[in-house]
Amino acid sequence: MAWFRRKPEDTEGTPKKVVIAEGLWIKCDSCKEIVYRAEVERAGRVCPKCRYPFRISSRERIGLLVDSGSFEEHQAALSSTDPLGFKDTKRYRDRLRAAKQKTSTEEAVVTGLARIGGYPAVLCVFEFGFLGGSMGSVVGEKLARGIELAIDKHLPVIIVAASGGARMQEGILSLMQMAKTSAALERLGRAKLPYLSVLTDPTTGGVTASFAMLGDVILAEPRALIGFAGPRVIAETIRQPLPEGFQRSEFLLDHGQLDMIVERRELKDTLRRLLAFFADQPTPPA
Amino acid sequence: MPDALDFEQPLLEIETRIAELQAVEDPSSVRDEIAKLDERLTRLRQRTFASLTAWQRTQLARHPRRPYMRDWCKLLFDDFLELHGDRLFGDDAAIVGGLARFEGRSVVVLGHQKGRDTREKIARNFGMPHPEGYRKAHRLFEMAAKFGKPVLTFIDTPGAYPGVGAEERGQAEAIARNLRLMAGLPTPIIAVVTGEGGSGGALAIGMGNRVLMLEYAVYSVISPEGCAAILWGDAGKAAEAAEVMKTTAPDLVRLGVVDGIVPEPVGGAHRDWDGAGALLKAALRQELAALAQTPPDELIGDRYEKFRRIGAFEETASPARA
Repeated sequence: MAWFRRKPEDTEGTPKKVVIAEGLWIKCDSCKEIVYRAEVERAGRVCPKCRYPFRISSRERIGLLVDSGSFEEHQAALSSTDPLGFKDTKRYRDRLRAAKQKTSTEEAVVTGLARIGGYPAVLCVFEFGFLGGSMGSVVGEKLARGIELAIDKHLPVIIVAASGGARMQEGILSLMQMAKTSAALERLGRAKLPYLSVLTDPTTGGVTASFAMLGDVILAEPRALIGFAGPRVIAETIRQPLPEGFQRSEFLLDHGQLDMIVERRELKDTLRRLLAFFADQPTPPA
Repeated sequence: MPDALDFEQPLLEIETRIAELQAVEDPSSVRDEIAKLDERLTRLRQRTFASLTAWQRTQLARHPRRPYMRDWCKLLFDDFLELHGDRLFGDDAAIVGGLARFEGRSVVVLGHQKGRDTREKIARNFGMPHPEGYRKAHRLFEMAAKFGKPVLTFIDTPGAYPGVGAEERGQAEAIARNLRLMAGLPTPIIAVVTGEGGSGGALAIGMGNRVLMLEYAVYSVISPEGCAAILWGDAGKAAEAAEVMKTTAPDLVRLGVVDGIVPEPVGGAHRDWDGAGALLKAALRQELAALAQTPPDELIGDRYEKFRRIGAFEETASPARA
C-alpha cells in the first residue's frame, strides 16, 4: 500500500508534462525511441534514429513534393454519400463528418495539377488519416477524373498511395472502384502517358490490387507495409509466424514487386528525374 | 439430407413425409393426404424463398452441393478442353479454364473451382486462387483477344488466398493486371457470379460487358465474417454483416453493379443442376447474341462506361480554386 495516494482527477493525464512532451519530443512509431521533434521535422518527418518515415498528411506530402505554390486542387467538391445507409457501432455519416474534422480534408485522396522540378503532372495524394485512406466511390471517382484530366492535358500521373484498401462502408461500390481506376489507367496507357506509383506506409487490400501495382514505375518509401492481405489475416490463415520483414518495401523489392525504394528526402528529385525521362527533355538542374 | 441448411429443414421434412406416403402399398388410400402435403410444401417453399435473408442467401451460395465450375462446364458446353498453367510458376487448381463450344460457338471459359470432398477441397484450396490462377486467367483472356473469341467467366470464391507465397509472388499485382487487361479487351466478356463473389479475388475475373448473378449468389467487398471481425471484433456476427453490406443479387442490381439476375430452380441450384444449367444457358445465349454483333471498339467503350458510372457521391458547386 502506498503511503501517498494520488487524487483521482490527477490521473486524467498530467497536463503540463504532456504539453512539453508533445511539443518537443515524439516517440518513433517504429523503433519506439523518443526523438527530438525539430530534428524529425527537418528530415521531412523521418525518424533520425531508425530512418522510419512517419505517416504524414496529404498536405505535408504535397508540400514535400511539389514546386512551391504550384499545386492546384481539382475535384474538391466531391463528397461521399451513404449509399447503403451503413451503420455498425457508428453511422457511416458520422464517421465521415468526424474524418473531415480531424483531417481538414474532404476525402481520403486529394487530386490536382502540380509541377515537380518544373515538370507538370497530375498528382493524387492519399490522406491516411481520413478513414484509413480507404477507397470508396469518391476516391475512385477523383482518381478516374484525375487520370482523365491527364489524358486530356497530355500529362503524366503520379499517385501517392497510403490506404488500408476498399472502404467497407460503401460495400460493393468500393470494390468496383478497383475496376474504375484500373480501367482509367488502361486508357492512360493507350495514350502512352506515364504513370508513376508511389507506395507509402501502408498500402494494402483493394488499393494495392488495383492502381497501386499498375505503375509504369513503382516506387516505395522505406519500410512501408505493402501487400494484398493484411499481415494479421495471413497469420490467422496460415497459423504460422510470418517471415522477418514480411510485406515491407525491402521484402517486395527482393521479390521483384517494386522498381525502387526511395528515401523521403530523395523522393521529389527521383520523381523529377523520372518525369524528365518520360518528357525526354534535358534534365534541368534540381 | 445431411447437408441441409436450417431453413431448408421444414421443407425436407414434408418432402420425406410425402415420399413415405407414396411408398405405401395402396397409394390411393393416402392420395388426399399427399395432395394436402404437396400444397403445404409449395406454400411453405414460396414463403421461405420469398423472404430469404442475406445470410440465408450466403448459405445457399456456399451450399456444398451447389454446382461448381466444372459442373457448369458439363451443363453448358460441348467439348470443353481444359488448359493448364500460367507459364511462369505453376498451375493453380483453384481456377479452371479452357476452350469450349457453346451452342456451336467457340468460347474461352474460366472460373473459380471449389472442391467437393476433403481431398479435392484441399487440392483446390477451397476455391481461393494464388497469383498463378489469376495469371492463367490472364493468359486465357489474351488468347481470347488474339483469336477474337468471347470470354465467359464464372465467379465462385471466398476470395484470393491470403498466404505468404501468394504475397511473395504478387497477389495484388496479378489481380490488378487482370483488371487492366479486361478493361481493354477487344472481345465480349460475360461474367456470372454463380456462388460466392468474394472481393478482389472475384472481381479479378469479373469485369464483364455484362455481369450476371444467379438468384441466390452473393457478391461483396469483404466476406461477411471478415466484415464482422473488423466492425464488431466478432466473426460470429457474419449474418448481421451480410445484411448491412448489401450482398444479394437484388441489392446489386439496385446499386448498378449487376445487369441481370439468372433465376434458379425452386429451392436453389443445388436441388436441380439440370434445371439450373438450362436457365443459365438461356441467359448466356441471349447476352452472347447481343454482344457478338458489337464491334471491338464499342465493346471496350461500353465496358469502360459501365464501370466508370458505378459509385455514389455528391458534387457541390465547384468552390473557387486555390
